[in-house]
Amino acid sequence: MVKNLLNIIWPIFIITSVVYAFLNGNIENVSNGIFESAEEAVKLTLTFFGTLCLWNGIIEIAKQTTLMQKLAKFLRPFINFLFPEMKKNEEAYEEISMNMVANLLGLGNAATPLGLKAMKTMEKENTKKDTLSNSMAMFIVINTASLQVIPTNIIAIRSSLNSTSPSGIILQVWIATIVAATVGITATKLMMKKF
Amino acid sequence: MSIVNFLSSSAIPLIIITIIVYGLKEKKKVFDIFLDGAKEGIEIVIGLFPTLLGIFLAIGLLRNSGVLDFVIGIISPITNILKIPSQILPLAMLRPISGSGSMGVAIDIMKQYGVDTLIGKIASTIMGSTETTFYTIAIYTACVKVKKIRFVLAAALLADLAGMITSVIICQIMS
Repeated sequence: MVKNLLNIIWPIFIITSVVYAFLNGNIENVSNGIFESAEEAVKLTLTFFGTLCLWNGIIEIAKQTTLMQKLAKFLRPFINFLFPEMKKNEEAYEEISMNMVANLLGLGNAATPLGLKAMKTMEKENTKKDTLSNSMAMFIVINTASLQVIPTNIIAIRSSLNSTSPSGIILQVWIATIVAATVGITATKLMMKKF
Repeated sequence: MSIVNFLSSSAIPLIIITIIVYGLKEKKKVFDIFLDGAKEGIEIVIGLFPTLLGIFLAIGLLRNSGVLDFVIGIISPITNILKIPSQILPLAMLRPISGSGSMGVAIDIMKQYGVDTLIGKIASTIMGSTETTFYTIAIYTACVKVKKIRFVLAAALLADLAGMITSVIICQIMS
């Protein structure tokens, strides 16, 4: 579904640009730009190569310790509020909390497999197999809300672009994330009663 | 503001040291683990490159041909009322659809208008506070073969919209 969308948008962008440039006599500019963009893509990939690998290394250490389990305990009241049906399901509870900790730490790669496991566990208790249960719906909405303590990728990219303060957007990201998550959670709680 | 800057700049060193101390406490071979993780990072970067190339090509064409200015010119009366910089609209529209695609657009915006400008900061904040909603919903429902997703898409997109509007407002307040 996602890939298909870009398969439509991408050619539209390119064709419209070239046709528009021809009509406006701007084609020389466009022609020069083509190879510039390829060069830019290489330069940029090289510059954030280092920072991204660095973070991945640090995060891997966190993954191999019990840090995540410890943090998961702090989430208990929060998870009880969000997933009242899962209070007695210890397995689902464990997987949901680990997925949320992984998300909070910016461990996207670890969060997804954990999240998929949690979905499968919740599906076992689901009474209507082809429809999302309330807990499953809440879980997906939370996973689309990007709850992150350290937005690792964007900091890496900002520093590769010579920002004077690569991590200077952390506070803004926290506030925006909290607002987004609150709206998502409230909407889900309200809508699960009606739909 | 200086406290905010101090907190922002000490967050990362503190997190790094906490993780490493934790690893040592549990007697892990921290350097070996670090190397494994860094190696995995190489794959991520290499995997991102083709998309970046494709997006840079398309966005570069849109800009050099004048299409982007044309479209921004049409939308800006509306966005001006809402005080949203129209330059970030392409990012806002692509963000829920494609992760690496929107990353490419965000990088392009930061390069074009400056990474530390208001527009650059808004683009960063949007990238940090929202997710690739369509992709996430697709894989999470596909793994349990659920067809009826009820209100989930609406709730998730509403959250994205709230996150984006907050990004714009908060960056304007804090700049």
